[in-house]
Amino acid sequence: MNETKEKTGHYLPAGLPAPVPEGDGLSAPFWNGLREERLMVQRCTQCGTWQHGAEWLCHKCHRFDPQWQQVLPRGRIYSWERVWHPVHPCLANHGPYLAVLVELPEAGNVRMLGNLLGDPRQEVRIGAEVEGVFEHHADHDPPYTLLQWQVVR
Amino acid sequence: MTERSLRGRVAIVGVGETTYYRHSQSPDAEFKLALKAVLAACEDAGMDPREIDGWSSYSNDRNDPSRLAAALGTRQLRATLMAWGGGGGGNCAAVANGAAAIAAGTADCVVAFRALAQGQFGRFGKAPTAPTISGDMAYMAPYGVLSPGQKFAMKAMRFMHEHGVRQEALRAIAMASYHHAQRNPRAVMYGKPLDEAKYDNSRWIVEPFHLFDCCMENDGAAAVIMVPAERAKDFPNRPVYILGAASGSDHRVAAVPHNTPNYASSSFSTVAPDMWRMAGMSAKDVGVVQSYENFTGGVLMALAEHGFFAPGEANDFLRLENLLAPNGKLPLNTSGGNLAECYMHGFELVLEAVRQVRGTSTAQAPRNDVALVIGGPMVTPVSNLLLGSEATL
Repeated sequence: MNETKEKTGHYLPAGLPAPVPEGDGLSAPFWNGLREERLMVQRCTQCGTWQHGAEWLCHKCHRFDPQWQQVLPRGRIYSWERVWHPVHPCLANHGPYLAVLVELPEAGNVRMLGNLLGDPRQEVRIGAEVEGVFEHHADHDPPYTLLQWQVVR
Repeated sequence: MTERSLRGRVAIVGVGETTYYRHSQSPDAEFKLALKAVLAACEDAGMDPREIDGWSSYSNDRNDPSRLAAALGTRQLRATLMAWGGGGGGNCAAVANGAAAIAAGTADCVVAFRALAQGQFGRFGKAPTAPTISGDMAYMAPYGVLSPGQKFAMKAMRFMHEHGVRQEALRAIAMASYHHAQRNPRAVMYGKPLDEAKYDNSRWIVEPFHLFDCCMENDGAAAVIMVPAERAKDFPNRPVYILGAASGSDHRVAAVPHNTPNYASSSFSTVAPDMWRMAGMSAKDVGVVQSYENFTGGVLMALAEHGFFAPGEANDFLRLENLLAPNGKLPLNTSGGNLAECYMHGFELVLEAVRQVRGTSTAQAPRNDVALVIGGPMVTPVSNLLLGSEATL
């Protein structure tokens, strides 16, 4: 079950789609930030509202082009799921894996989705504190980095 | 009438569907399925298909109204309507949009329909295998959150956590659909009953959804014929009137990824009150419900948001005996629904609600003057539809 991780340092097997910014570059600062181990979240310079994912304007005050602000990758589990049925060929015979939705209190409680590292059969508690782990796919073409999560002990 | 409303202004006078098939098993092309369903609905209404002058569908249905009208040789083409959004969230909106065209005078006889041949065009439950991904799915797909079930399980998980809802509530929803399908010869799962042990022992797809919490994927087509209420009695069937309809979703439901403020929701928190307001009714007036099961967790949240029970009462309300026709207090998905009749993208639910009001369901509810349809919970936009007999006007 954890063979993938031991071999590659990646939580899931190779073959899932690689994230790339849209053609218009809207989310590029987020994905480029992860490659440099910096978590970037949009924050409006006019009203201070946080938002994730990226949009061209602040949903609260309609000021265009929110700034990107670095935040610490720390949060708590808002919801979760354990996936058993493989819907992508690369996940066939891999076994279950965990996806978590994490809210970030230091960034207006925006939520981010990732995998929960560790035993995929572990008991998951909503509200548990988690910290981010940058998972680099530097050898992939194009290279990219994911943000994974682990429970703070 | 000066009030802007669809209430009582349009009637459904014909329903029709093709044989329902397991996915990829249709011997017919998708366009041929669409034609068959439309002709079946016209035959049910006792009308000449050449009278159809309006077409309404949803979920980017591939069967173009101009081609359908040409193929059938209709006299003229007027309203052509498409409800935005994917999934089955537009099943009721397709009916409401057609009714709105009739009420506004831009068409006189509208068919609302959906046709699917997944063997011809690809399945919903398989992930795209492209090497890169952008936009909304870029925040999910690299983490193995790819399919509709994987996108929605966390909503249901959060709702169940907040309100203490047990797995048995989801099981009762699944079993109600399967129970009713055993009385419906049209149902793909006719002759394939489900019991508690079979549900409990079924594999997880994605927690909290077992195999039987997830809809089928099917091939087929279904259609309904609508006319102005004044013409309803020119047709042979007991007329079924539109009492209320609404579509849309709450504040920023589409905030990606999973940043919807009201997250643990079926997207009906604003749409349900809109429909009740138009109809001048509430949940207590409804005797039978067809509620779209993409996943049972969506039914759970949608019924709560339509006011059938408070979230904290879900475990008490969602017991199998409450959900069965004829004796349950709220017969649910009486044709077998998406789980066990056919995943006709929820359009089979509209046909079943019409049959309930007519009194011709294979699992007839005794309180059948008012029937509710709930479409595509958890997507955006979603839609709903309240149908009633002449006595409710």
